[in-house]
Amino acid sequence: MSTMKTDSARPGRGIRPAQSKTPKAPLAQRESPLARGGALIVMGVFTLYFLVPIWWLLVAASKNRSQFNSTNPLWFADFSLFENIGNLVAYRDGVYLKWMLNSALYAGGGALIGTIIAGMCGYALAKYNFPGRELIFNVVLGGVLVPATALALPLFLIFSQISLTNTFWSVFLPSLVSPFGVYLARIYASASVPDELIEAARLDGAGEVRTFFTVSVRMMVPALVTVFLFQFVAIWNNFFLPLIMLRDETLFPVTLGLYAWNSQVNQIPVLRDYVLIGALLSIIPLIIIFLLLQRFWRNGLSAGSVK
Amino acid sequence: MSASAALSTDAQGSAARTSRLRKPRVQKVRVAHKGAILAFVLPFGVLFGLFYLVPIGYAIYESLLVIKREGTFGAATEVFGGFTQYVLVFQNGPFWQSIGRVLMFGVVQVPIMLGLALLFALLLDSPLLRGKRFFRLAFFVPYAVPGVIAAIMWGYLYSPNLSPFSAVTENINFLSADLVLWAIANVVTWVYVGYNMLIIYSALLAIPTELYEAARLDGAGQLRIAWSVKIPLIMPAIVLTAIFSIIGTLQLLAEPQVFRSFSSAVTSTFTPNLTVYTTSSIPNVNLAAAFSVVLAVATFILSFTFLKFTQRKEAK
Repeated sequence: MSTMKTDSARPGRGIRPAQSKTPKAPLAQRESPLARGGALIVMGVFTLYFLVPIWWLLVAASKNRSQFNSTNPLWFADFSLFENIGNLVAYRDGVYLKWMLNSALYAGGGALIGTIIAGMCGYALAKYNFPGRELIFNVVLGGVLVPATALALPLFLIFSQISLTNTFWSVFLPSLVSPFGVYLARIYASASVPDELIEAARLDGAGEVRTFFTVSVRMMVPALVTVFLFQFVAIWNNFFLPLIMLRDETLFPVTLGLYAWNSQVNQIPVLRDYVLIGALLSIIPLIIIFLLLQRFWRNGLSAGSVK
Repeated sequence: MSASAALSTDAQGSAARTSRLRKPRVQKVRVAHKGAILAFVLPFGVLFGLFYLVPIGYAIYESLLVIKREGTFGAATEVFGGFTQYVLVFQNGPFWQSIGRVLMFGVVQVPIMLGLALLFALLLDSPLLRGKRFFRLAFFVPYAVPGVIAAIMWGYLYSPNLSPFSAVTENINFLSADLVLWAIANVVTWVYVGYNMLIIYSALLAIPTELYEAARLDGAGQLRIAWSVKIPLIMPAIVLTAIFSIIGTLQLLAEPQVFRSFSSAVTSTFTPNLTVYTTSSIPNVNLAAAFSVVLAVATFILSFTFLKFTQRKEAK
């Protein structure tokens, strides 16, 4: 598994940011206008492909129902987005807000705790020598290759044995485990946390656990933010586990709730409006998080991918 | 993984040897900071055991059971049935059709998606393009859209009367039995191209620029540099994205499940995971568990074979 191996033979590789590229700039003038035009056209066309559906969603969510079919689908009519949002939030005692809150709890809480425990484990695998270390790491690596959906059904069977299905915990607890997070944290810790630093902290009399939380964590921030983000997205997008675990509507994450509404559109036509507005609102938190944390995760991502 | 697998058996073997040869107390001295290591590893270890290893074991266990009934009205009890469920799995036509369907999907969709991701990453990394920040973000935005939401959106975009592109969708029915698989492929591609592009792009950023400078001085153009210098160097990143894509393809669930409300062509056994879900809600959990096990093993074998295959090619 060369791509995932942990050899620290090339320490620091990939953590180096893009600054080394600056000398390239003068070369830019030498490229032919034809090649530059071609590149711009390709990227322009695909920008449309990626953004038009979202633009359409924004426009559609801003229309009232009579205008939805009768006006230009890619341009605004009377702008009633906020009115629509008000209706969505009021519908059935604000069940939509409940779903958003649930998603935030599952994804935010799960990713936060999950990142801390994955970071600790990866750090220990990178910085301490103990028997069984490679075995643990290889089992965890195998876990990266085990599809999460293959676990959903047995998890359901186990949780139903102890009567925990259809509870918050049945979705929250399994979401805490991120083998990929351990993998990334180990790679990153072995490359970016110097042994001398841990030794120095030891000489100062700091305990191991305290050293981790006060000194080492700081050097692992890019990797930890990356782990947090991708686990957040994975939980936010998770569908099979809540689908199979939850019956009670008030426990649904927003994806499952919108799915449930979308499958009832034929019986309750008003739901179509709510599905579209709800879909638009549900993607905004993720976009904001990605934009805010951009600086961190781009560095962390490169650390994981080049190895 | 053979190298690391060998490592693991090595480590296992030596651990067993040391524990046999030495008294535990001696070992305690040799492993420094035992308490700290336990404190670091245990939280993840326990959860990993509970929510990864135990479920895998439990799925295998359930898949070896069959339901026995005493007479017509008797209570149902689970008894050991050996490989009975696996025989049923291998006789189950719809399941294998669904496997064939996602394999066909993967053979077409994964190369297209990764080809596009590679093209965009190379363009972002080349001096040909301006406004890189904008393109990088614009292409990545769909990744923030959950699969379920993306499928709902595209479901409307495909629909003959609600679509903004009704001039197209009135004439081509993307939700028909012939096309719906590729309509779903488009949704998956739309969501994941930007994500894969970023992984490949990050790998490109890590290549030392001196390597291009040398090639440039030798008179190589951008195309030549991309082909002969960049692509070979970022092969590990491409292989990684390919493996995750293969795993994702075999696990397809959310998108087809959503499309069932747009198109009757998506059956309840359209993909392997839909088959698992449908079977478990019959309920026939033993058969569903056997499906899950076979699917997980198939996924593992496929991504593993792919890895070996690409490694051998690289070695040549």
